[in-house]
Amino acid sequence: MPLLDVRDLSVTFARRGQRTVRAVDGVSFGVHAGEVVGLVGESGCGKSVTSLAIMGLLPKQRGVTIDGVADFDGTDLLKTDARAMRDIRGRDVAMIFQDPLSSLNPVVPIGVQVTEVLTRHRGMRGEAATKEATALLDRVGIPDPARRLKEYPHQLSGGMRQRALIAMAVACKPRLLIADEPTTALDVTIQAQILELLKELVRDSGTALIMITHDLGVVAGMCDTVNVLYAGRVIENARRKPLFYEPRHPYTTGLLRSVPRLDAGRGTPLNPIRGSVRDVLPWPDGCAFAPRCDRRVDACVGEPPALVVGYDGHGYRCVNPTPQGAQP
Amino acid sequence: MFRFIVRRLLQLVPTLLGLSVLLFIWLRRLPGGPETAILGERGTPALRAQVRRSLGLDEPLLIQYGRFVKRTLQLDLGTSISTKREVTTEFLLRFPGTVELTITAMIIAIGVGIPLGYLAARRRGTWLDHASVGGSLIGICVPVFFLAYVLKAIFAENLGWFPSSGRQDPTIGATHITNFFVLDGLMTREWDAAADAIWHLVLPGIALASIPLAIIVRITRASVLEVLGEDFVRTAESKGLTERTVRGRHVLRNAMLPIVTVIGLLTGGLLSGAVLTETVFAFSGIGAFLYEAISNRDYPVLMGFILIIALFYVLVNLIVDVSYSLIDPRVRVR
Repeated sequence: MPLLDVRDLSVTFARRGQRTVRAVDGVSFGVHAGEVVGLVGESGCGKSVTSLAIMGLLPKQRGVTIDGVADFDGTDLLKTDARAMRDIRGRDVAMIFQDPLSSLNPVVPIGVQVTEVLTRHRGMRGEAATKEATALLDRVGIPDPARRLKEYPHQLSGGMRQRALIAMAVACKPRLLIADEPTTALDVTIQAQILELLKELVRDSGTALIMITHDLGVVAGMCDTVNVLYAGRVIENARRKPLFYEPRHPYTTGLLRSVPRLDAGRGTPLNPIRGSVRDVLPWPDGCAFAPRCDRRVDACVGEPPALVVGYDGHGYRCVNPTPQGAQP
Repeated sequence: MFRFIVRRLLQLVPTLLGLSVLLFIWLRRLPGGPETAILGERGTPALRAQVRRSLGLDEPLLIQYGRFVKRTLQLDLGTSISTKREVTTEFLLRFPGTVELTITAMIIAIGVGIPLGYLAARRRGTWLDHASVGGSLIGICVPVFFLAYVLKAIFAENLGWFPSSGRQDPTIGATHITNFFVLDGLMTREWDAAADAIWHLVLPGIALASIPLAIIVRITRASVLEVLGEDFVRTAESKGLTERTVRGRHVLRNAMLPIVTVIGLLTGGLLSGAVLTETVFAFSGIGAFLYEAISNRDYPVLMGFILIIALFYVLVNLIVDVSYSLIDPRVRVR
């Protein structure tokens, strides 16, 4: 039984006078304690909406519909009311965001932003809260934590800001952590340090981690299981190794091929996937990737491809998959 | 911070000097003069010249101005031509009323405006939002004197809930020390006097608050809407903080800068007197007095009052600038 079991999650945004957008369409995946699960895909594929839906952070407005189940240790997060969600968020389920500068309140010292979580969920105040906050900053590798607590976000470097955000997220030892492209805004050396820190946290505390990224390098370095998203659907899911060595969905294959290789000869052209996600379907059903797919056959445009589950739980939604054994 | 304040205060000197020169020239250029107000229609040219001479208005402008500066530096603002009392005395008698009225109006405008603007932004698109945006439009459009008359007719004359005029009931026989009637009442422990003064402030305060209230509602709504879309608000929500913490610490604190700016400007504006409101409620502040001084060409009163009001305007804006750095650490005061 996974810690978080997402089944058939769908999110639609309807606006008057505009076509309803189905941002997430029947996404299912599970995360076990101590496991790192990747949600991979390009911009606009529904990764962030999925995580915000699980966190209950999507705006509660007319026109936003969320369906499905997100079973977190027996509680359906999608059906939990706002008040109860406030108790769960930050304590049991926490999130790390993409842009550490804009994700921190510019006019409140770092220390307050850390201690407010401790006060809210662990009832710590004053001296005790400050002491715990110092320990947290120290744990995420911020040097001279006592001084940093009094500083404001603009006084910290990008890497330190992300560490501070991580400190806030892990302050209550959440059982599930969602990291939404936590390294995108950072430079490469800092990226590696932050990923290392996240791995350590998972290893030490058995936290389940959902890693949202478009960076296959991050996936290769971190994830145990990978879900590849395209146009709001999981189009392939597998353990890390089979996904990298034997991708079956042409989109995944394309993603892997498009990674520039250092060992390629000078002048070797890059291998992009043609078109863009915005290529809309001229047909209502069928595979969303078909307009860009090199392996397209007539069957692709008929009905949505069913999930094929192969060896070792490797699943994909494709009627004409990349043959096994083909080098990506 | 301290150096910043000192420097800003020093900047006051050229500001006030420049303003005084402009005022001096402008006032003397107005057609007519105090002699017309004193003598009225009966004045013969000879009589007029005599009055001008006795007021020292026949001398060259430069000498008149020099004398004015010299006097002012000794904190002597001269004597009112029409009331024959010292300008400083007149000012200390009337300005407290205006200050009390301004504070009342701003308390109402801020106390209602910020919560209303916040709620309108939070419940964007609901009836509350539409009502407060529409209401604030009405608030800006309705002439203040009209609103003042309506309030007076309903709540003072018809219902009799509030007094219809004045700053305090004279039959109470309150002791006045500072001429801030509320403050005086508190200082002398004459609670009934303080309460009566507050009672007299309510209707004119509401009338005067209407426009600032409307502006504060709109600016708060716009500012809060902008902050609500910020990533750090989502972070705060992701931490499961209570609605109160998210609202106070994360949303409002960041939305405060433009609101504080507007509050400063509005307060400064109100301090220069509210002629219409004061007239309707026969409230003795500086507004009506200044108006009369203009018609009478009462040069000493005009110079003195306007310069002191300018001083207060600058001080209020200094407070606003200082509060910026208290609200936002990124605004460095140097």
